[in-house]
Parts: sequence; C-alpha cells; structure tokens
Amino acid sequence: MPHDKPLKILLVDDEPLARSRLRELLADIAVQFASEVVGEAGNGLAALEFLRQQRVDVVLADIRMPGMDGIELAGHLGAFEQPPAVIFTTAYDNYAVQAFDLNALDYLLKPVRTQRLLTALQKAVATPHPDPAVLAGIGREVRGGGRTHLSCHERGRLLLVPVAEVLYFKADTKYVTARTVDREYLLDEALTHLESEFAERFMRLHRAVLVAKAALAGFEKAAGDDVEAYGWALLRGVPDKLPVSRRQWAPAKAALTC
Amino acid sequence: MTSIRHFPATHPLPDWRNFGVMLRVLLGVNLLALAVAFIQSPSVADWAARYVEMAALVEPLLLLVLGLLAGLRNPLRALPLRVGQAGVVALVAGLAYAQNLFWQSLGFGDGGNPWRPAILAAAASMLLLGYFELRARAFSPAQTEARLAALNARIRPHFLFNSLNAVLSLIRARPQQAEAALEALSDLFRAAMRDPGELVSLADEIALGRQYLELEKLRLGERLAVDWQIGAVSMSQPIPPLMLQPLLENAVYHGIEPAPEGGVVRIAIDQRGDELRIAIANPTVDEGRHAAGNQMAVANIRERLALYYDLEARLEIDAGENNYEVRIILPCRTTSR
Repeated sequence: MPHDKPLKILLVDDEPLARSRLRELLADIAVQFASEVVGEAGNGLAALEFLRQQRVDVVLADIRMPGMDGIELAGHLGAFEQPPAVIFTTAYDNYAVQAFDLNALDYLLKPVRTQRLLTALQKAVATPHPDPAVLAGIGREVRGGGRTHLSCHERGRLLLVPVAEVLYFKADTKYVTARTVDREYLLDEALTHLESEFAERFMRLHRAVLVAKAALAGFEKAAGDDVEAYGWALLRGVPDKLPVSRRQWAPAKAALTC
Repeated sequence: MTSIRHFPATHPLPDWRNFGVMLRVLLGVNLLALAVAFIQSPSVADWAARYVEMAALVEPLLLLVLGLLAGLRNPLRALPLRVGQAGVVALVAGLAYAQNLFWQSLGFGDGGNPWRPAILAAAASMLLLGYFELRARAFSPAQTEARLAALNARIRPHFLFNSLNAVLSLIRARPQQAEAALEALSDLFRAAMRDPGELVSLADEIALGRQYLELEKLRLGERLAVDWQIGAVSMSQPIPPLMLQPLLENAVYHGIEPAPEGGVVRIAIDQRGDELRIAIANPTVDEGRHAAGNQMAVANIRERLALYYDLEARLEIDAGENNYEVRIILPCRTTSR
C-alpha cells in the first residue's frame, strides 16, 4: 500500500530492549514500508500521555505491562476521535492469543519477524478499531480484573480517572458520574457494565448508585416518610450521602462490617 | 555432584535417620500397642491403664532400637534386602528378649517366658517393615524421578520468549552482551533439563540464580534491583536442583514486572545449627491475579521437598501487606549420603 507520508508510529513496551528491537525492524523494512517512530512509552498510561500531545497512525503495544496494559490502552484509544491503529505484541500469552484469533485481531509474537511486522502494518492501516466490548472481555481475562482507569472526555481532552480513587458511581438520566475525593467526572459508561467489571471493589446501593466498599463509613435510617431511599450511606472523605434501597440495606451493612 | 538415587521413601529398608521415618515408626508401634491394649482389656476404663503399663515396656525398647538402627543404616542397606530385613527383625527380637531378662533380673518381671515379648516385638517389626516396603513400592525411584522431572522443568515460556527477544535486540548494537546472555540462557536450560535425581552444590544453585537475575535485568533494566545476603554457609553442601531459580522467577514475575517503578528482590541464605534457610522476598503489587498465580510454583517446590526430604524440610510463606516472602528450610547435608 503506497503512502504519501511515512506512517507515524508509537512503540509501547515496558522492556527497553523490546522497543529497540522494533525500531531496528522498522528501519529494516523502511524501503517497503515508510514509517517514522515518533515516540516510545513504557506502559499504557505513558502512551496516553504522549498521545495527548501528538497524533500517531499506529501504536505497537505490548500486552503485559505494569500500570496499564496494552489491551486497556487500546480500549481508551477507541474513544479518540481518530483512533490510531493498534497492533499488539506479546511474548507468550495463551489466552490473549486465542482471543485475538477468535476476534480476528492482529498481533505479533515476540521475537517479532520482519515479514510479519510488514504484513501487520499493511493490514493495520485498513483495519477499523477493535470493538471496545471485545477488548474489555479480553482484558479482564488477561489481567484477571477490570480496567485500572476510566476515561472521561472533557472539552476535547482525555482525562483518566484511576478506578482505585473512585468513591462511587451515580447514574442520572443521561450520564454516569464518578466521584473521587477531589471532584466529579462524567463518564460514557453504563452502570450495569461497571457493576460487573468491578464487582470486587464496588457494590450496588440503589438502582442508580454503586459505591466502593472501602469508602463506606456508616449508615443512617431515613425518615419514615422519605420516598427517595430506605436509608442513607455515609462515606469516608466526602460529606455526600448516598441513597440505599430497601433491598440493598442488609447486604450493604454486611459489607461495612467485614 | 552428589547423587541421591535413594530418596527417603524409595528404599524398602527405610532411612532410619530420617525424621519422617522415625515419626512413622513411633506412631506405628504406639498404635499397635493401643490396639493390643484394647483387645486385652475387659473395659474401656482399663484400656488406658493397660496401655500405660505396656508403654513402660515398649518405649525404652523402641527408642533403643531406633538409635541402633540409625547407626546401622548403611551396613543394613549394604546387605541383600531380605537379609537386611531379617537382621532388623532379629535385632528387635533379641533386644526384646534381653530387655525382658534384664527386668526379671531386677525383680520387675511378670515371671513369663522371655520368648513371648521377643515374638511380639518381631511381629511388630515385621508389620512395620512390610509397611515401609509397600510405601517404597508406591514411591519407586522411577516414579519419583518422573514426578521430579515433571516438577523440575518449569521455566516460564513468558520468560524464555521475552529473553530471546531481548537478546535479538542486542545482537547488532552490543554483540558481546548478546553472547553472554545466550550463554546464561543455555546454562539455565541445561539446569532445567538436568537429571532431577542429582543434587547440586549450594554454590552452583546460587550461581544459577545470579545468572537468571542477570537475564531478567537485561529485560527489566533499572526496575529490577537485587539484594543478596549470604551468611556463613557451607557453599559445597548439596541441595536439590532448581530450588532457588523458580522462586526468584516468581518474585520477579509477581513482584517486579507488574510494578511500573520496579522493586527489590531480597535473597537471604543462612545456616542455623544444622538447618539451611533460604528466604526470598519481593514487594507485593495490588493486582488480583498475582496472589493466585504464586501458588503453583510454591506447591511444586513443596512437593519436591517432600520427595527429597520427607518431613525434614519445610516451606513457609509470609504474605504481608507490602511484602511476600517464601522461606525454605532444609537439613544441612555436609557429606554425601
């Protein structure tokens, strides 16, 4: 496939030598496929930080990285207006490789071969961004848990909200908001998805509220004529009170004592 | 290199110096005594009294026999199996006979024929020898070695392919470093494929661990720091192969790789009395899957320790909030057995 300009590439891997290997291989195939490595990052978070400053065409991302892995990175990239193409690299990850094959996602096995890299690059430019739901499923299997961050778009900027800092999620008619000690974020997520993805950390208090179990500080009964809630949950660190439904009252109190 | 072709459980004449064997003999004989006391006593209340009475006769004999057998282990094993077993039975019966005569000479005896305790003791020892022979068959050397081989060769493919990838990237820029890395990798695989029945010296095992960590450092760079604390230990003492490396691999895989800033793997090797203690600690990372993944390598080493040492070695885990430590405690074996 001919290109007017060399393709801009970001290399994401936690091992410096793995990145320099890819650099060498890209230089080797420069005649067949013009590309330019515009940056390197050691994990998904650093990659997103880089992408805030500069657009790239292709991201080569290792699957297993500390902080934020390649699969979660790809999920956040999907929210970009013009998401870069993603090619995953992995040394050995049985589950991920099977899942990629199943979903026709392209990946490179390390040590990477020149020819494979070339075909993957040629294919990547023409491939639509992977389905976020598929990525979420693979990610959960590979890392054995939910994402580490949620993305929030604010005035065209991407903000990352660490899941560990979220005290509760609250659903309004249109949006889900995430509350941290400092502020609130509007998310483009469904409460039911968040509930199943982070079942270990969060529990449902009410039709429209998920709370971090660790953030619960206490409960108080609502007045008899209160139609909004059966009771209220008090939180650590913020003065907010969250409504608790009759159905969730007993399980919520149990979560506090354990 | 010392060979331990005889794992504690695989010889039909057991290793009388092994703690597990002694424990089994003590328990076995006392269970027999309990059973006999029960048969002889008319009521349950008499049972205990009867057993205590019998124990006064049985325990001194038992301890004496165990002491003698520990001393005679090697000559007994040098004999043909049946002769050796007969020797044990004769020894036990003879001592029981002699003990009875001794008690009688002091005036404590019941006046009975000294052949009676001798025959009872011989019967008990035959039962136990039968048990040890069956047990040895269950742990035949071939099966034990096959089990060990299966347990031994476990270098993570994740590590292999990442290391090869790292070496490939060194070839053009730093060929000498690439050569050294390939040499280390081949040493590691030679060790993983070695005959698992052979013991290695502690020095060799430590050298292998260092090579392994060098390879990991190549991949992880600054993120991996290592702290070796080696006390006054006898470096030539034999230990089972690949005890250290899988635990180091675990420490790196679970404690360093998932941490963006990396961390320190601490290794402490020390000798206390006749115990060799190896402790490996890594920082813990808050990630769900990592706690579960640790169990396999640990269970694997635990099983190997049981095959090599029976009850004489143990593995302890200290899973703190920020720190995960595995300790192996082995009996020191300064000489080959």
